Amino acid sequence: MANFTPVSAAIGGALIGLSAVLLMLSTGRVAGISGILSGLLNVRGEDKDWRIAFLAGLILAPVLAGLIGYGMAQPALPSSWIVIAVAGLLVGFGTRLGGGCTSGHGICGIARLSPRSVAATVVFIATAIATVAITRHVVGG
Amino acid sequence: MRIVAPLLCGLIFGAGLLISGMLQPAKVLAFLDVFGAWDPSLLVVMAAALAVSVPGFRLADRSARPWFVGQYLRPGQSGIDLPLVSGAALFGIGWGLVGLCPGPALESLATLSPGVIVFVVAMAAGMILHAFWSKQRVAARRDRSMATATDG
Repeated sequence: MANFTPVSAAIGGALIGLSAVLLMLSTGRVAGISGILSGLLNVRGEDKDWRIAFLAGLILAPVLAGLIGYGMAQPALPSSWIVIAVAGLLVGFGTRLGGGCTSGHGICGIARLSPRSVAATVVFIATAIATVAITRHVVGG
Repeated sequence: MRIVAPLLCGLIFGAGLLISGMLQPAKVLAFLDVFGAWDPSLLVVMAAALAVSVPGFRLADRSARPWFVGQYLRPGQSGIDLPLVSGAALFGIGWGLVGLCPGPALESLATLSPGVIVFVVAMAAGMILHAFWSKQRVAARRDRSMATATDG
């Protein structure tokens, strides 16, 4: 547990929870990022203004943080473009088929005590752990 | 307020991800790497988020309508089915391959990292692919039921 950062994790997590609650109380919508994005990709549908506003805020956050000296580092990604593209496809297709991602199922759904969200969260964490175990300790090890 | 409120919520969400360290794929992968140098930070992020969202959503349940729009739009409850489980399984594989899920991926577009742009384009393509695929499945099912109807 060399890199365990419980304090910043707790502060950040509380802010994520606060955002989800405020979006529900103010706008009546679930802060599930995959759902918000897929609603924008839909050709039809009027319900787009709040989605654009939320995602604009999400992308603006690190820009504003950078202005006050707390910018984010470039994320470290695999060198293979194919791996990145396949992962992106799986995340996009999988979150739509399963009806949510880490935020929608993992935070909003579990908070609403939805059995579907609890099941989905257990499954995606399990397959993610298995994937990392295989790529790091079986193939890459 | 219909625009300002979700914009502020996006900013708070983004600040939370940034402060929590979950924008770094390495930190997410360190949580998923239970057989390596395990970093439980992601678990703390989820626990802290739920500590706020559980009572917060209770509050929302008790109010008749949201502040700035007509009504709440909550997901309808249905059982745990095959699409839910297989979709979550596929998502987990993609998440484990790179360490990005939709929130951090979109927020990381701010860095203009080429890898993130490729990931987000592929993710959007996956979502569009799913929309086409499910539309075709619905059409195929309709055709099948019409065929059996004429038989009967």
